[in-house]
Amino acid sequence: MMQFARWGFLIYLLLGTQAHSVIESYPFSDDSLRQRYSELTEIYRCPKCQNQNLAGSDAPIAQDLRREIYRMLNEGQSDAEIGEFLVSRYGEFVLYKPPVNWHTIILWALPAFALFMSVLIVVLFVRKRSVTAPLSEAENQRLQRILDGDKPQ
Amino acid sequence: MGRLKLFLPLIIFSLLALLLLRGLEMDPTTLPTALKDKPFPEFSLLELKDGRMLSVADLKGEVALVNVWATWCVSCRVEHPQLLNLARQGVVIYGVNYKDERSSALAWLARLDDPYKLNISDDDGRLGLDLGVYGAPETYLIDALGVIRYKHVGVVDERVWTDILKPQYEALRGQG
Repeated sequence: MMQFARWGFLIYLLLGTQAHSVIESYPFSDDSLRQRYSELTEIYRCPKCQNQNLAGSDAPIAQDLRREIYRMLNEGQSDAEIGEFLVSRYGEFVLYKPPVNWHTIILWALPAFALFMSVLIVVLFVRKRSVTAPLSEAENQRLQRILDGDKPQ
Repeated sequence: MGRLKLFLPLIIFSLLALLLLRGLEMDPTTLPTALKDKPFPEFSLLELKDGRMLSVADLKGEVALVNVWATWCVSCRVEHPQLLNLARQGVVIYGVNYKDERSSALAWLARLDDPYKLNISDDDGRLGLDLGVYGAPETYLIDALGVIRYKHVGVVDERVWTDILKPQYEALRGQG
């Protein structure tokens, strides 16, 4: 029982920190804005903390950027304008989905290339294995004997 | 051909190792500057000490450093003596006091001495946002027309100054 309470308490502590790291919430006049706000803060990366998006980061800079996104949404700016605002200041780094250009072409083309190469290798390999040499005359005779029910020698 | 195939895993491994080694040497925390060769963003903010209104026009006229700092920023404290040093050598340094308390910023300058020609009081961080600041200290090199030529994120120490900033600073002064 004591053990159970202890574990329960530990789990409660874990849940507690989860809940508290949820960040400020903004009042939205309508649901489509709220929807766009949560989408936008999901797809942009926090410039300070490398592997968190704006929605998930506690860093002051992420707070500021969320505030800016909120402000721009309320001013009626489009998603593209907000994206432009962020990229012009922090560069393409903030995009979790970078645009296709000469700088990122390896990133985009590599998976397709790897898939193509592996399919190619598998096909070649399988084909090579399935080709077997025809039986020689002696082997043919032996096969015939076995099929006819004779004992192999 | 058969021999070559034998070495294929080794070759692939070597290429991969080279790639990863390069990855180790790169610093993922430094971002490329989006504002390079762009004009310093417009602003109208107060001067920290005398409270007069400043705009981007106040930064033009000379090749200068713009240093983003705050009293809550520990690395800025580390950097401060080097800035004083540069100011003594005649380098123009403008400060952006980023998301800071005016009183503590003034106390800092009074106590540690003031390397800045003027200080832009960016208490809500709007200018910092327009500059793409993501962590103080950051130092921008601007030319006489107020165009951003280089951005250094992190402490400007002797090595950063002599190896990176000074050559560009002098090249820009030579042009002007």
